[in-house]
Amino acid sequence: MARLNELTIAVARDGLAKGDFSAKELTEASVAAMESVRPLNAFITETPERALDMAQASDARRAKGDVGVLEGIPLAIKDLFCTEGVLTTAGSHILDGFIPPYESSVTANLWRAGAAMLGKTNMDEFAMGSSNTTSYYGNVENPWRRQGENRPLVPGGSSGGSAAAVAARCAPGATGTDTGGSIRQPASFTGLVGLKPTYGRCSRWGIVAFASSLDQAGPLTRTVRDSAIMLRAMAGHDPKDSTSVDTPVPDYEAALSGDVRGLRIGIPKEYRMEGMPGEIETLWRDGIKWLEAAGAITVDISLPHTKYALPAYYIVAPAEASSNLARYDGVRYGLRVPGATLDEMYEATRGEGFGAEVKRRVMIGTYVLSAGYYDAYYNKARRVRALILRDFTEAFENVDAILTPTAPSAAFAIGERMDDPIAMYLNDIFTVPANLSGLPGISVPAALTGDGLPLGLQVIGRAFDEETMLRVAGVLEDAAGFDAEPAFVAGR
Amino acid sequence: MAVDKSTVAHIAKLACIRIPEAQQEALAGELNSILGWVEQLGELDTQGIAPMTSVVEMRLPKRVDAVTDGDCRDKVIANAPESAHGFFSVPKVVE
Repeated sequence: MARLNELTIAVARDGLAKGDFSAKELTEASVAAMESVRPLNAFITETPERALDMAQASDARRAKGDVGVLEGIPLAIKDLFCTEGVLTTAGSHILDGFIPPYESSVTANLWRAGAAMLGKTNMDEFAMGSSNTTSYYGNVENPWRRQGENRPLVPGGSSGGSAAAVAARCAPGATGTDTGGSIRQPASFTGLVGLKPTYGRCSRWGIVAFASSLDQAGPLTRTVRDSAIMLRAMAGHDPKDSTSVDTPVPDYEAALSGDVRGLRIGIPKEYRMEGMPGEIETLWRDGIKWLEAAGAITVDISLPHTKYALPAYYIVAPAEASSNLARYDGVRYGLRVPGATLDEMYEATRGEGFGAEVKRRVMIGTYVLSAGYYDAYYNKARRVRALILRDFTEAFENVDAILTPTAPSAAFAIGERMDDPIAMYLNDIFTVPANLSGLPGISVPAALTGDGLPLGLQVIGRAFDEETMLRVAGVLEDAAGFDAEPAFVAGR
Repeated sequence: MAVDKSTVAHIAKLACIRIPEAQQEALAGELNSILGWVEQLGELDTQGIAPMTSVVEMRLPKRVDAVTDGDCRDKVIANAPESAHGFFSVPKVVE
């Protein structure tokens, strides 16, 4: 049998059920793996004692016949989720020393389902980034390397620490959040499955807010089945989040029938971008062939406002961020930099506490919301957002799911694309439309580039139809047979 | 309508972020390039399209207007950089 830290959630679940090993043994393997992946800088805070306590409590529950859907499974948690009694930083200097006195709803759901917390993962500051190079706690390295090269690559972002931890076989799953692609793009860069649910599916309560109309929590795992298992535990109505939707959470795993016969899959022509690498074009065509071979019907569709999604996002998201981040004032928690007056203290604290990218976005957001520009920028972007949603609504009258590439490139080297913010923003060109329209999206690892880096395919589903999306993703996963492993695997 | 150094200083004031004067010029350049890029939205005719307020078609739920927690002063101030006598403390604001 593979080492315990290399098991998927589904395999570990079955092994625990059969009594092949205990939750304590499984968690000990992941704790050791967490130590061995330290060079990747995937974790900001490791919580090995808590993990082992939770695992032992899980073994005790199991002995009494009390078994949750994630019973005994160790997980890594993005440091954007507030965890009671454990430092929560959002990757920012401004949250120095912040120990939440409460637990986020999503993590509370995971613990109720029996999971154990390994630690808090590194991320782009306040989830603003696509390369995990904006964290106050340093860059995260991708466990993958280009063939014959040892240059460290980015894991993608913003959930880069979560992605690196799962890819390096330290945890079988991790939580992420996705505002513009922050789960799906790192999943594509690290050979994982990453799922952003429909807006409203997972509670946002207790997740440090970036852009509230776009943020959603979701899983990063090694298989589609594992994402289905984890999502079931994460999702659910929460009265503490007024945008959380009160509809039953299905057993997503049961949706993985492998049968896509007769399903109509939309192929949007606007996602064929000029200058897109040939390998991504080829992969997309392979994805179409795989689904057709499985009996699905592919349909050419048009989402005419696609090219405006990214610029609209870079108005809406910074606007909401400038408002959400107004709470960091050096008074109630986190960093305080002294000033002679209250205003000077605010300005000094925020000037020192926020990194360059966060400042840039708060400034853009403040500008587009300021008197005289509100209508020209912010309202304009919200109108464009309505058009982007309309594109999808019309497309879904004729198709059941949409297939696209996840990202316009494979992982790049740390330090590349740093000079030009817009070049960095383009990473999210294929993922942002699903956030703007609230739709679920999943990235499935589907191929390697010529130099040995993973690439993902994205499936976008109808609102609250994660089941069909997962079913299509499962068929792609089987057809792709992606079994490549990163250069850096814990303990090897 | 390019952003210049003085606009950067003004936005920084509104956003309560200290931006040293030496950095304002460079930031103006960055903001201009981002704002110039989002300008392309102007190509779209959005006449008659209502600005989106929510992607989820739902009525916001209401709750009873009642006190649902309290008696947690120590928890509330536990993370304060400075506190005194059960209050947050800040620089003097009243002369």
